[in-house]
Amino acid sequence: MSVPPFALRPPAPRTTGPEGPVTVAPGVTWIGALDPGLRSFDVILKTSNGTTYNSYLVRGSEGVAVIDTVKAEFTGAFFKRFEESASYDEIRYIVLNHLEPDHTGAVPELVRRAPQAEILLSPRGLPMLRALLGAEFDNAKVRPVTTGHSADLGDRKLDFINTPYVHWPDTQCTWLADARVLFTCDLFGSHFCDGRLFEDQVDDFRLAFDNYFDRIMRPFRSFVTSALDKIEPLDFAVLAPAHGPILRSAPRDWLARTRLLATPRRKADSAEKVLLIFYVSAYGSTAQLAQAIHDGAEEEPGVRVSLFDLEGSDISPFLDLIEEADGIALGTPTINGDAVRTVWDMLARLVDIETKGKLGAAFGSYGWSGEAVRLVEARLQGLKMRLPEPGLRVKLHPSPEELEEGRAFGRRLAQQLTGTAAPREIDFAELAAR
Amino acid sequence: MEKATLTFTDVSITVNVPPGTRIIEMSEKVGSGITYGCREGECGTCLTHVVEGAENLSEPSALEMRVLSENLAGSDDRLACQCRVLGGNVKVRPG
Ligand SMILES: Cc1cc2nc3c(=O)[nH]c(=O)nc-3n(C[C@H](O)[C@H](O)[C@H](O)COP(=O)(O)O)c2cc1C
Ligand code: FES
Ligand SMILES: [Fe+2]
Ligand SMILES: [Fe+2]
Repeated sequence: MSVPPFALRPPAPRTTGPEGPVTVAPGVTWIGALDPGLRSFDVILKTSNGTTYNSYLVRGSEGVAVIDTVKAEFTGAFFKRFEESASYDEIRYIVLNHLEPDHTGAVPELVRRAPQAEILLSPRGLPMLRALLGAEFDNAKVRPVTTGHSADLGDRKLDFINTPYVHWPDTQCTWLADARVLFTCDLFGSHFCDGRLFEDQVDDFRLAFDNYFDRIMRPFRSFVTSALDKIEPLDFAVLAPAHGPILRSAPRDWLARTRLLATPRRKADSAEKVLLIFYVSAYGSTAQLAQAIHDGAEEEPGVRVSLFDLEGSDISPFLDLIEEADGIALGTPTINGDAVRTVWDMLARLVDIETKGKLGAAFGSYGWSGEAVRLVEARLQGLKMRLPEPGLRVKLHPSPEELEEGRAFGRRLAQQLTGTAAPREIDFAELAAR
Repeated sequence: MEKATLTFTDVSITVNVPPGTRIIEMSEKVGSGITYGCREGECGTCLTHVVEGAENLSEPSALEMRVLSENLAGSDDRLACQCRVLGGNVKVRPG
């Protein structure tokens, strides 16, 4: 008789998980789903430990509330756990803390099964709910809620806290004061599937927690900070996110960790404004221009200017610097009618950090058509940066006069940072010609 | 012709404009950080704060009103892809 070369082991509890609903706090039940096999989330994030979609049921003396649901493929598991905990006609509220499909997969069917339920969501979620429910939107009972609004369940109530852009415009948190549970949806989430569900029982998920923040929340770090400011005063005992472990033994530590993650990786080391100049150069012309811009900007007191050859480093460390910088100038020659690949790689990575409101500028040398500078400028504007100085272009090798123009360009950029730039007036016709 | 000006405070530029001009026609050209998504008054991306001269802008349409309220906009916030400068001086910055 042949013996298998390996022993068959029972599946780990972290992938099978609880059979039925799980009690989180008095009258609060987890009715979510496990997705242990997931390896990539939202296209932008690898998930070696899978994930969970946490949905919660809150029972009051006058009905129940369902808080968020699951991804569409897991609707069956969700309804099974729901039915073991409540009946559809008991549902008074469906709270949607976030309208991304990983939490709304079961919503259309749930609304069909519980037409009496009032759907509570932030006002910014309304256009998404219209798209989700389609023709059924008009028949649904929908109430937009924000900070200060609450929903009554008889002997207990739910309060809403508007926390936009963590990480969609619609995101909000829901607070169950009597049980001291805060439902935070994606905030404090991690892609980490462990059926034991609670922070104190699952495997080590610290990497997943940080990784989730970096990939999903970091581009919105100042919104995260304002959300934390709103949440911190609450006397919570449990942070109940919609992905990964439920945080109940040291919830304040996870809040503190999130605050740290939302702080720029490299804090500025002085009160000076920070201008970073990056360039790529094939024959040295764009490099010379970069040096001239650097030298000009440096003449302006109160500005710290630094120059980097983009080809000399990986991009990630630069992102950490840019996160804290006040402005960046990007230099690229025009090659085959375009900016060079390294510059596009950098520009593509800038969505990983917050760039809104920073100063941006582009410059570069070209041979005959010079498309690159305009293309980079358009991209910087797409990143919500302000570009007060039209890009600087130089044909082939910069002359002494053009290098002087470069220094003046640098000075003006620096003045934009210190707020000493002279206000300018321009006519519409001149602008229209640009 | 009556004169109007529109100032983008984030780039310290004032544009002399013919009355009736939409903010969207100028903001990108001056390099202001106001950004656009749909460009037709639906998404709220172009939310803009009016620092001065709100009374010199066109009245918001029903659609703009709805999008402003869904975006929890303040009373001095407008959609840059929708509103027009009718005259006088207006100052704006990204919302
Ligand atoms: C991480 C993430 C960020 C998103 N950011 C935006 C955004 O800035 N603007 C937008 O219009 N939609 C945004 N979306 C919404 C997606 O475009 C939307 O869900 C779309 O339907 C996904 O299409 P797909 O099913 O082909 O992936 C975002 C989605 C995700 C997952
Ligand atoms: S760009 Fe969408 S509302 Fe103005
Ligand atoms: Fe999400
Ligand atoms: Fe999510």
